[in-house]
Amino acid sequence: MEKFTTLTGVAAPLPLINVDTDMIIPKQFLKTIKRSGLGKNLFDEMRYLEDGSENPDFVLNKPAYRNAEILIAGENFGCGSSREHAPWALLDFGIRCIIAPSFADIFYNNCFKNGILPIVLPQEQVDELMREAEKGENARMTVDLENQEITTSEGKTFRFEIDSFKKHCLLEGLDDIALTMARIDSIAEYERKMALERPWV
Amino acid sequence: MTAPKTLYDKIWDAHLVEESEDGTSLIYIDRHLVHEVTSPQAFEGLRMAGRKVRAPEKTIAVPDHNVPTTPDREKGIENEESRIQVEALDRNAREFGIHYYPVNDIRQGIVHIVGPEQGWTLPGMTVVCGDSHTATHGAFGALAHGIGTSEVEHVLATQTLIQKKSKNMKVEITGRLQPGVTAKDVTLAIIGATGTAGGTGHVIEYCGDVIRDLSMEGRMTVCNMAIEGGARAGLIAPDEKTFEYIKGRPHAPKGAQWEAAMAWWQTLFTDEDAEFDKVVTLKGEDIAPVVTWGTSPEDVLPITAEVPDPESFEGGKVDAARRALEYMGLKPGQKLTDIEIDTVFIGSCTNGRIEDLRAAAEILKGKKIKEGIRAMVVPGSGLVRAQAEEEGLAQIFIDAGFEWRLAGCSMCLAMNPDQLSPGERCAATSNRNFEGRQGKGGRTHLMSPAMAAAAAITGRLTDVRELM
Repeated sequence: MEKFTTLTGVAAPLPLINVDTDMIIPKQFLKTIKRSGLGKNLFDEMRYLEDGSENPDFVLNKPAYRNAEILIAGENFGCGSSREHAPWALLDFGIRCIIAPSFADIFYNNCFKNGILPIVLPQEQVDELMREAEKGENARMTVDLENQEITTSEGKTFRFEIDSFKKHCLLEGLDDIALTMARIDSIAEYERKMALERPWV
Repeated sequence: MTAPKTLYDKIWDAHLVEESEDGTSLIYIDRHLVHEVTSPQAFEGLRMAGRKVRAPEKTIAVPDHNVPTTPDREKGIENEESRIQVEALDRNAREFGIHYYPVNDIRQGIVHIVGPEQGWTLPGMTVVCGDSHTATHGAFGALAHGIGTSEVEHVLATQTLIQKKSKNMKVEITGRLQPGVTAKDVTLAIIGATGTAGGTGHVIEYCGDVIRDLSMEGRMTVCNMAIEGGARAGLIAPDEKTFEYIKGRPHAPKGAQWEAAMAWWQTLFTDEDAEFDKVVTLKGEDIAPVVTWGTSPEDVLPITAEVPDPESFEGGKVDAARRALEYMGLKPGQKLTDIEIDTVFIGSCTNGRIEDLRAAAEILKGKKIKEGIRAMVVPGSGLVRAQAEEEGLAQIFIDAGFEWRLAGCSMCLAMNPDQLSPGERCAATSNRNFEGRQGKGGRTHLMSPAMAAAAAITGRLTDVRELM
């Protein structure tokens, strides 16, 4: 997993609530057996017209936001399915950070497994960043994970909270499985105990 | 004396392998269910790292999302990408030595129907699957939730998950349900009341007389949609109905093990005075047969209502409702019962069990669906299908004009050829009415199997009570 330390980039505004995983990556693109290559179908139904051409009105098709690395969105972002194809598609497009008033649990968790930082801020602050993002490509933002701060191009800062373990894993680019494999003796001990206590499991 | 615990607290504590100071915990997983869409990358990860499946005997795989449901599916899957995914699951199951129900096995079906049916799902267990509707298994008093593919790989390799404990939420449904009101109406009404993010960060325990009175099938329908209310998991304390359902199933404990299991299962309830972080109470009598009008499962109204005016909402919901009405092709003030449909879909992990088919058949018996309506029943498993044939339900559906399909997820998420066309309007017993969920441009109204059957007869959204 790629480390997340500090990111400076263009933020794209997506002022919709309840952006669901079917919107982020429709099911016809879940038929892959790989993790890569999903970026071209990110937000597919909003991003392309019937004839397959780009919808010029969709934010990520506008010249200012084509290289956006940050997404600002409404509440309950990522609701719906557990498909990790949603963060894979965002990452493949180049999005490394999403800022919203709230996220759906499974999606939120999936982001951290892929080096994406989801940031929860109060609605008023998200509204302020949304207005900032609407200024286009000159409105770049800096996200500093170590110091838990977002700084706008005008120098205004917003502090955010994050779970300390998740922060540590992102900063170091740690692989969960390797971490847990180091605890394998505890797992084996639990299994021995359970074989006696709940043998039917 | 120890502090009173909720059911969730008890199951959590029983699966805690390790806990660090900040509360980050290693939780042991008793059952890992696997399907073809969210697992190939996980198995590939194992292979690349030279790792094995730690507990293949606790890992159960079945293809469901992609499989065709037409009677000719023995001939194979036409869509190449779908076929590759199912073949990958075949190969991974064999290579890693996990339990497997292949496409043409009578026990094949939707993973959340197969698990309980085969007795894999038991009270007090932790159950995970790379699928958000894993919450279904909570009906047995099992802590069950969906995970992403990275976590699928983590569970395959270590049989554990790294987690922090969620908060406790109680949803109590008091009293009794009115005639024509089912488990699906209950679960939709709850989401209508709490919103799609109402349960975020929480594990819900459903309780109250209405929940006690529900069958195991009905309880599965309620828990299935916990995720649509934002909660990763929904739980119902096990009782005699639960034990009765489990007893004798192929993988249920037997003999002395059954007795030992029962002794523990009977301790699985929320202690008196245990505290919940959030409590929601609904009266069973207040719940009507409901349908959804928009593109979020929280867009729920009684069938007797009218399409709402977006301006009647607040905040971001105003724009969301406006967008939803445009997508759905509806106007504020339109009576829900005036909305004409093109298609009816009965099935899914929400409503693809035998009781659901019985409820729909009861309404359809001796009747025909409206001319021009496309209607299909997709049983949740090969065994549900066989039982429905034995009970004569299949014939009722066929005589009414329904297509009688083979088991799979089908038009719930339309990854197989069962899809809506742009603008096509569907009365569906599934769980999500998101834009494009059942096919690009498709319009979904969620409802109970009985309501879907009623809609098939009249060709419009219908109050099932008028046909009872």
